[in-house]
Order: sequence, then C-alpha cells, then structure tokens
Amino acid sequence: MFYIYCPYCGEHREEEEFHPKGQAHIERPKEPEACSDEEWGNYLFFRDNPRGVHHEMWVHAVGCRKFFNMTRHTVSYEILETYKMGEQPSITADSQAKPREAAAVSQQEGVRA
Amino acid sequence: MSQSKQQMFRLNTGGRIDRSRTLSFTFNGQRYQGHPGDTLASALLANGVDIVNRSFKYSRPRGIVAAGAEEPNAIVQLGSNEAAQVPNVRATQQALFDGLTACSTNGWPNVQRDLMGLVGKLGGQFMPPGFYYKTFMAPASMWLTYEKYIRKAAGLGRSPMEADPDSYDHFNQHCDVLVVGAGAAGLAAALAAARSGARVIVADEQEEMGGSLLASRETLEGKPADQWVARVLGELASYENVTLLPRTTANGYHDHNFVTLHERRTEHLGDTAPVENGHRQVRARLHRVRAGQVILSTGAHERPLVYAGNDVPGNLLAGAVSTYIRRYGVAPGRKLVLSTSNDYGYRAALDWKEAGCEVVAIVDAREAPAGDWVDAARAQGIKIITGSAVIEAKGSNRVTAARVAKIDIDAFKVSGPVQELACDTIASSGGYSPVIHLASHTGARPTWREDILGFVPGLVKGVQACGGAKGTYTLGDVLAEGVEAGIRAAATTGYTAQTVSLPSAERLQQGPAVALFQVPHEKSTLRGPKQFVDLQNDVTAAGIELATREGFESIEHIKRYTAMGFGTDQGKLGNINGMAIAARCLKRSIPEVGTTVFRPNYTPVTFGAIVGRHCRDLFDPERYTALHHWHVERGAEFEDVGQWKRPWYYPQKVNGKAETIQEAVARECLAVREKVGILDASTLGKIDIQGPDAREFLARVYTNKWEKLAVGKCRYGLMCKDDGMVTDDGVTSCLAENHFLMTTTTGGAAAILEWLELWHQTEWPELDVYFSSVTDHWATMTITGPEARKLLAEISDIDLDRDSFKFMDWRSGKVAGVPARVFRISFTGELTFEINVQANYAMHVWQTLFKHGEKYGLTPYGTETMHVLRAEKGFIIVGQETDGSVTPEDLGMQWAIGYDKPYSWIGKRALTRSDTKRENRKQLVGLRPKDPKVVLEEGAQIVLDPKHAIPMPMVGHVTSSYYSPILDSGFALAVVKGGHQRLGETVYLPMADGQTFEAEIVSTIFYDPKGERQNV
Amino acid sequence: MSNAATFDTRTDTAIPVESPLAYSYRRSGAPQAGGSSRLQLRERAMLGHLILRGGAIVLDEAVRDVLGLNLPGRPQTLVQDASGERSIQWLSPDEWLVIVPGGEEFPLETKLREHLGSAHFAISDVSGGQTLLEISGEAARELLMKTVIYDVHPSNFPVGKGVTTVFAKATTIIRRPSEDRWELVVRRSFADYCYRWLLDAGAEFGVNVQQ
Repeated sequence: MFYIYCPYCGEHREEEEFHPKGQAHIERPKEPEACSDEEWGNYLFFRDNPRGVHHEMWVHAVGCRKFFNMTRHTVSYEILETYKMGEQPSITADSQAKPREAAAVSQQEGVRA
Repeated sequence: MSQSKQQMFRLNTGGRIDRSRTLSFTFNGQRYQGHPGDTLASALLANGVDIVNRSFKYSRPRGIVAAGAEEPNAIVQLGSNEAAQVPNVRATQQALFDGLTACSTNGWPNVQRDLMGLVGKLGGQFMPPGFYYKTFMAPASMWLTYEKYIRKAAGLGRSPMEADPDSYDHFNQHCDVLVVGAGAAGLAAALAAARSGARVIVADEQEEMGGSLLASRETLEGKPADQWVARVLGELASYENVTLLPRTTANGYHDHNFVTLHERRTEHLGDTAPVENGHRQVRARLHRVRAGQVILSTGAHERPLVYAGNDVPGNLLAGAVSTYIRRYGVAPGRKLVLSTSNDYGYRAALDWKEAGCEVVAIVDAREAPAGDWVDAARAQGIKIITGSAVIEAKGSNRVTAARVAKIDIDAFKVSGPVQELACDTIASSGGYSPVIHLASHTGARPTWREDILGFVPGLVKGVQACGGAKGTYTLGDVLAEGVEAGIRAAATTGYTAQTVSLPSAERLQQGPAVALFQVPHEKSTLRGPKQFVDLQNDVTAAGIELATREGFESIEHIKRYTAMGFGTDQGKLGNINGMAIAARCLKRSIPEVGTTVFRPNYTPVTFGAIVGRHCRDLFDPERYTALHHWHVERGAEFEDVGQWKRPWYYPQKVNGKAETIQEAVARECLAVREKVGILDASTLGKIDIQGPDAREFLARVYTNKWEKLAVGKCRYGLMCKDDGMVTDDGVTSCLAENHFLMTTTTGGAAAILEWLELWHQTEWPELDVYFSSVTDHWATMTITGPEARKLLAEISDIDLDRDSFKFMDWRSGKVAGVPARVFRISFTGELTFEINVQANYAMHVWQTLFKHGEKYGLTPYGTETMHVLRAEKGFIIVGQETDGSVTPEDLGMQWAIGYDKPYSWIGKRALTRSDTKRENRKQLVGLRPKDPKVVLEEGAQIVLDPKHAIPMPMVGHVTSSYYSPILDSGFALAVVKGGHQRLGETVYLPMADGQTFEAEIVSTIFYDPKGERQNV
Repeated sequence: MSNAATFDTRTDTAIPVESPLAYSYRRSGAPQAGGSSRLQLRERAMLGHLILRGGAIVLDEAVRDVLGLNLPGRPQTLVQDASGERSIQWLSPDEWLVIVPGGEEFPLETKLREHLGSAHFAISDVSGGQTLLEISGEAARELLMKTVIYDVHPSNFPVGKGVTTVFAKATTIIRRPSEDRWELVVRRSFADYCYRWLLDAGAEFGVNVQQ
C-alpha cells in the first residue's frame, strides 16, 4: 500500500485513491502516418521494465483526477519523487549514485518472490 | 474430578490473577476452573492438563511449550456453539472467560487415544520429509482419496457452519509514531514520543501491556517492574494524542509504513460480543495504520534447545516456566531439570525454586558459567552440571526423566557417560531470537550477529527497532534504547522530544553464552530418537539433515521440502535452530545459509477482521437509479451491470404462476415491436463536454466525423484505443456550438471519463475543453415502439412531428410538467424517445408515463429484452461483440470511420497496419441456426468441417445468441474468420455433449433491414 | 456568453420530487436511538450543486462578484458564506464544487456565465446527481474512521477543509464546515449503499436519523 504525494493536492494520499497508468513519458508520435508499422508497434506495445529507478504515470482518480508522474524504485518500492505532467524527473537511473542503488538492491534481493 | 485435584499446580501466592473469583471452562469435554487473569494455557497447566494436542504428522502427544505467540502446540478450536467456532487459537493468547469451551484441533478420534499415533510410531522411521509427496504421488488419480484421510488426521481446525452473529470492522488510522510491542522498550519509546506531542499508537498483542516486565524478577527503581509499567500506562492514557491498543497484534508491515493491526476487542469476554445499550459491540477490528515512523519493540523469542524427545509434554521454554510462575501463579510441574546455554535460563530455576518446587539440576553447556544469576543459583544450593546438556527427554505422555551427558559442541558428539535424572519438567534455553517478522515483511533482509547468536532486523526507511527486537537484552539498555527510538521518531515526524528520565535498573553481571542449537545424542541424528525443530509442522533435525543429503542447499528449498516454519507458526521457535542444523550439515556458517522470509500474517487473523464490514449486503456497492424502487415493487429480477442493479426482466403472474424468463422476455419483446415499451436507461454514462475545442476533441477520440454535427443533432460514435480496437460506443449530442453531451456504455462510464482526461492532460493540453460526469444527474427513460409518439404527445409540449423532430434529433421541453431533454435515438429499431430529466423528478415522470401509457399497452422491459431487440437489429454491445481485439471494420462499421479526417484520430494509424487489414480477421456476422428451435450457446466455437479430426480448426465463436419472438426463431451474432465474405455459407458448432449444430452465415440485421421502423 | 446550453430544471408547478435517499428510508428506515445516541445523521437533499471548471484567476473574480465568496485557491479548502448555506470547495486546480440552496443553481449559473463571457470555463449542473449527508455527534470521527481512508484527525482535518476520497468501496467528498459537523457529498446512485454503510458502522454508537 503506497503512500503517494499528489503534486496537485500537495499532500500524501493513500494508494486506493490512485490508478497506475504505466510507463511515463511515452509520447504519441506527432505524425502517426509517418511511422513505420514497427515504430507504431513500439509506441503501442513496448515498455521498459527496469530493475531500479523507473518513471511511471499515475492518476489521482479518487481525488483531483489529475495525471502526474512518479519516479519509483522497482525493488525497494520507494517513491523517489512525484512531479506534474509536463515536467521532467529530477531523479533518473543515471543520476542515482551507483553505490546507493547497489546497496539497496543487495539488501532487498529476491524478497518478493 | 475430585475437589482436591482442582488446580493442583496453582501456587498459593503470586501472579497477576484474581484468586477471589473462579471461572469455569471446558476443554475437550472436561470441565475445569481457573481465575480472571489466566490464559487458557495457564489454566490448563494449573489443572495439570499435559496433552493439549496431537502433532500434525506423527500424531505424537504434545503439551504447552511457550507462554505467548510462539506457542507451537496448544492450538485449539474455540466456541461453545456452532456459530461461535474459531479455529487456530493459541491457548497461550486466549484470555480465560467464564464458560469458555475449547478443544484440540488435532487428534482423531481424541488426543488421549489417537489412532494416527500408532501410524506415527510404526511409520516414524518411514515418514521422512517429502513423505506425502513420495508416498501418495501415484497413481495421481488417488490423491483425492488419500487427501481426505490425511487432512482428517492432520486437522487444522474447522470453520463454523453457521452464520457468525458478530460484526467486525476496519479502522483507518494515521499517526506520527506507531509503537509495536509495549514491553520495556516499547513503553519507554511511547513515553518519549508521546511527551513530544506526536500522535502515537501503541499496539500490544497481550491482554495486558508491559511485556516481560509483568513477570520479571528484576526491579526498577528498586521496586517490582510492574509498578513502573502501571505508572507509564497511566501517563500514556492521560494523553489525548496517544491511542493504547491492548490485545492488538501487528500482523503485517506493508509498503511505506502501512501496518495492519488486528484488535481483539471482545474475545476475552465471551464467545460472542456483548451488547451494550442495545448495540452489539464490534468483536474484532482491523486497524489500517499509516504511520510516519514505526518503532519495532517486539522483543525476542526464547530459542529452545533441540534434543531427543524434546516434544514430550513437560518440555518447556525456560522463559515460559518463569512467566507461568510469576505472571499466572502456576508451576507447570514439580521436579525441574533446566538445560541452558546461557545465563538467562537460570531465572527459570530460581523462580521454580522460589515457588517451592524442586530443581533437580541445572545442566549448563558451558564449562565454567559465571554471572549474578549463576551465583544466585549456587547460593540457593541448586546442583549445576557444567559442560553438559539434556540429550534426551524420557517419557511418553509426560516427561519422566532427563538423560544428561557431557557434550563436545565443536565435534558434535556426546563426550561422557549418560546419567538419568528423574523429573517431570525439562526447561531449555538456547538464547534469544529477536522477533524480526514484521521488519522482514518490508523486504529488508535480516543480518546475523554472532555476539548475540541471532538475526537482527534489516530496516527500511521510517522504521527503527529497539530492545529485544534489536538483540538488546539488558533491561537498562533496553529502556535507554526505547527512549532514544521514541525521541528520534518524534523528531523525524516534526516534534520536539522531551526528556524522559529512566528508572534505574539493576546492573547484573552476565557470562557469555555458548552457541548451542542441536544437542548431540549418542546415536547419529538420522538413527537416534526424534529431535524436533519445528513442533507445529513436525520437522525434525533428521528431516533437515536428510534434506541436505538429498541435495537441498538453499534454506528456502529446505523450508519447502520439510515444511519448516510453514503455516501459522511462521518459524517463531524453530527457524534459527533449523538453519543452524542445515549449516552444520552443509558445513557453512549460519549467515551463509541465511534466513527464510517471514510473511504476513504474524499470527492468524480471523476472516471477520479481514472482511470487516464488506460483507453480506455491504459486500459491494449496489448502484441504484432514481427509479429503482419502482422496479423492486414491480417485481423485477435484477442483473448486475458493473455495480449497477438493472432490471433484467419483469416476470408477471399468469394464472397465479410467475412467468419464466423466456416467457417474460417474449412478452416484453412483442410489446415493444407491436405497442410500446419503456426501459430505465439511467445507467448509461453521461459526460458533459464544454469548451471551444470540444468538437475537435470529439473528432480525435471518436473514429467518425463530428465537424458538421449541428446543434439539436445526435450522432452515434465509436471509440478505439490507439491499437485500433473498439473500446466504447455511444451517442453524443450537440447541445450548443461549444457544448456536447456524450453517452458511454454503462460499464465504461468512469473509464471513458478517465480516458478523455488522459488525452487532454497528457497529449492535447492545448485544447480548451472540460469534461464532467453528469451520469447521476440525469434519469433516462426510453420509450420505444410504434405507440411511443402518441404516448409522449399526451404529456409533452414538444413538437413530436416526424418532420420537425427527426430521427437522431434532440429537443427540450416539458414532459409531465418537468423540464426534459428528449433524444430521438433508437437501440431497438423502433420509434424511440429517450427522455432525460433531473433525477429527483424521475419517479414523477415515470409514473405519469404509466398513467397515460396503460391504454397503449406500455410495458416495462429489462436488459434481457433490450439485448434481444438490439441483436435483432445487429447493434453491437461493446464487451460482448468486442473483446479488445475487434476493429470497427471487423464489426462491418466502415460507415463510422472517418479515414479522411485531418487529425490522426485515436486508432487510425493502427487500422492501416497489415494485421488490421488482414482479410481473414474474425468479422461480425449473423448466424441463423438451421433448426429455428435451436438457440446457440454464447461462446460456442465455430468450425467449417465437423468431420475434421480433433483438434478441429476453429474459425470463430458466437458472441450473442437469443430466441427472437418476432421471428419465432433462434438467431445469433458471431465473429468468423473472413466472415464478411462468407454470407450464405454453412458453419458447424460442435457442443460438449456431442451434438453438432448447423447454422448459416447471414447479415447481422435480422429484423427490418431497411431501418424503416425507427424513422416513422 | 460561452456558447454552451443551459438547462433550467425548475418546474412551474409543485411536482413531487424524491431525494436520493427516498428509497433508503423506506427500506432501511430512519433509526432513532434517542437519548443514548452519539451520532446524528441527516440528509440535506435538493440543494443546488454546480461543478465549476476553469482557471482560478478567471473564476475568482466572477465568483466574488456573483456569489460574494472568494474562490478557494489552496488545495483541500472550503469557503462558506456567513449563513453557511452557500459554499465553494476546491476539487482540483481547475475544478470547484459550489453548493447553494435548491433553486439558486440556475440563476447562479446564468449570472456566472454572463459574467465570464467568452472566457474558457465550464459549468455543469449536477444537483440531481449527488446529495449531502451531514454527520454530527461525539462519535462522528470514529464513524468516519471506519468509513473513509483519509485522516480525519483534527490536526489534519481542521474546519474549512474538504477532500475527495474513498468511502468504503465507493467515493465521497468529505468536508468539515464547523467544529462539530461533517458533510459527505455522495453520488445519487451510491447514496443507498453509503446510507446503509453509515447505519451499520454507526450502530454501536446509536444513530439518530433526522429526516
């Protein structure tokens, strides 16, 4: 049960008020007709599944009904930040210091089997 | 039972029980007595009840081992009547109340004389781990037969067969600091946090808060420790910002400091909750706590030593012996032998002696024990046998003697002669294991500390451990750690911590412990008598050794192969010993072997508390339209559509007999086709769309065109996802140039609103448009049939002339005196008016329609009739004809696709992919069974060649199938590969019962193919 | 004007109306715990409910001029007029709920539309689609803790706050207009479920339903 900071409501709210909407920052190609079938297929169906820092889109469904983005660690489930639609994350897999992540991973290894 | 034998093990003084009052209870049909303050376990021990259960696998007699949540044996079935049955109750955690009725969960036919015990004895050597897998594997078909008997013999309690009269609920709690466990550390932490002003919840699983301090021989400020407990609890109770929850177990520790607490509010009072002021109290409550900081002060469980016969009744944990004596005034025997690896164990012998019973000997594995408690034992004249251990307990239904010998721990062997000491009780202590279960739920791995010979919790953000849970066992240090944790937690959550002056604790000298887990025997582990590791799951040291010999190396695999730490036990007593044995066999260290993962729940939680109030008629929301009670009074049968209750059909009484669904639907269908019917369509989703870019937005989310839809007009729209598959449909009306009313399917309303917001907020924020749900605001009544116009004309001021109010127009005006919007759209193929009024007026309008409608034969119809009528017209239902893999073209709805619209609307690009253009896609067609009496099964598979060998190639399936009263024939809609090119072909539908139906592929429109009837 | 259709739902003559709880009273009754009651429950039916969408700056001026109230700009806030009969609640950065005495909603909408002119905004009348339940009494907070997942402790939920959150398995807007009074705005179709839930959860406190 996550505790999620809604960047529009300005406070933490219970996970039951939210719906997850998949990977964040998936932009619809501006000219769909110019896409090859493969490019369109990639846009539609292919998503990252990283172990570690991940950006997701959520919606505060039972709340302000606003969509927003979340940077979340997929192993520790720690929410590193949430940010409004249209903004960029301040924390990314690259920006995360390697030692910190490695430590978090080794400590948590395999526990959710 | 003679009077003199009652409570023969009860001490005359001491303990926290009220000897002035007597409570009666029944265990396995025998009546006994105890006192307020007793647990069921302490009362059973007071009455000399040795055998409380039969073991799970070998059916060996078992007695009480522990005094708390870690008890593996005394698991009982509670309840004096059928409705009150509760399985899996630990007798050590159940407060005694007058009239309590309990019985053993295992033992068939009873615990004293147990049939399976024989099997256990005979088969003992032949029931290694994996026994059930290995023995009952073949033939596979026989497993169901074996299982019945195995389960009956094993028996893990049973659920009640009658309705539970009690109520349960959930409580959503939020706090700054949650303290789990109110022993010395927890109380100190709570005090520090509470004084800062933070919102504090203190949860403790026992009847009384105070933990080990309630039975401690140690003093605080020179006074018995329980006096300090009382003072602290008094102070905490006086704070408004503190919630004290006794009898409340923290069972699960979930993400982001979400902890579930199981509070047993009335289970200490009786079988069912008492009634106060005419209201039955809530029996159990699940607190769903979101905490800023969690303090785990859950203490430690004593670890028993693993020696032969350690499961015979009369083998107890040393600490449990002390607890029974000091807290409950019960000495669970007369003659004690204590086997210990550390100083802490000595307290049991001291307490035993002070209770006036005989300590035969203390057997200490260390060569030269030294410390204050050791000295105290010597001063008491207690015999101490050093460098030795109890290697075997003798006895069958009760311990009769202890076999004691010198041991060589490093060489894992008995190194001296064996002497036999007569006794009735053996207490053992192998040190402590911090209770790390909750911390483990978070996913954090525990770490091994060699200095305390135990795992300490790994910690995630927002949690800290203190006291025994962290491996700190000296009272003064425990208190200091608690205060520190409380201060830190308060500060982290934004409060300024206040100082807490600690009570002075005795400073006792303690000698180092020795690492002893399994005690060697003269015979090898595999050949010697059984040494139990996990008493609840009947896992022996030999079983673990065998598992390692069979190649299991991972502790997680060993756990699953042997069942160690399974079920309600969750490895509280046995896990560390099991790992130590595995480590010995694998020649590794304990941290190399690692620990298994503990999972919620820590102890069993009653289903009532899990369910809370979400049961019976509150199980799920039922959504009602404004006309719901009319339907109820009319005797409608209801269908669930999402959470809505929609009238399914309205059975009438004919000659005193209720119509069948077929009869009712046939009558309703003909009424619509020949006269006029009325449907409550209020459940359709309605979205109010406003803004200058509303029209552009519609053009992007619908497949068809919207640019020319004029004010006063309606249009059917089809929605796809960007993969080109149909996701919803409905009629959208132009209310004003910048204002539209969209309708969605009943089930899709919320999802479509979210879908529109998604595109607006993420892809097209530049479009000026707003969406608001108005589903509940409007009630929608659909009158349909040849007489619809005449009926509406009687009560409306709207000009209903066919030329001024055309098909696919909407008008506003009054209906039955109520302002209404009327839409001329049709889902039946008949002349139809959909009347929308503000929901609070709906009943008046509906009733007025009936007042005037009787002469026209106005007939209410439900969803079943609606389905038949729309299917006769080939109208699809999204979710029935479609399943997320159907394109508009598959449905034959090319007319609703605007390929030439300027913006690349949602779904367009995908509809030109090679796969969506394929000619042999499954396409929607009509099916007419060759035998008109046949109504095909929905979901039936379609083949082209019924003589083809199995597996037959399947080319499609039936999506909708009904009997049509107007056609007097069965008919169906189906999707068939390349179906649009197969009109007139015959297909076959082989059924499970061997029949094969024949059908002809026809147009999807079965009735009024030119669509003249809706246009009249 | 904003080129949107308005719709006056008021009737000329006395037409019988039914509140969302009309059926619930008949089916579940209106318990009267009498003196032992620690909980009062009352439906305030037939009020005017409008959803206001638009930019805060644009709407604020119109709302002040037409309704005499400041548009609450901070999240989770609720403002009321002196009588407490008219209120505006923040629902999202571009969405507000206005509740006024029944019958005022249409004139209010008309005036707001006139005032807002050609600005981009939306007003939706949802008066028939929701109802307001008022809860008071010493056990009110305990009842709410059983019901909504949001933290209703006074330190987190002072007077003048309002949020949208989960109500059992449905949703609600919960507001605290005064020290001892809570309001739940529930959707019409869920009202019976919510009512039955509140009666069941409140039973141990003794519920008085005022009709």
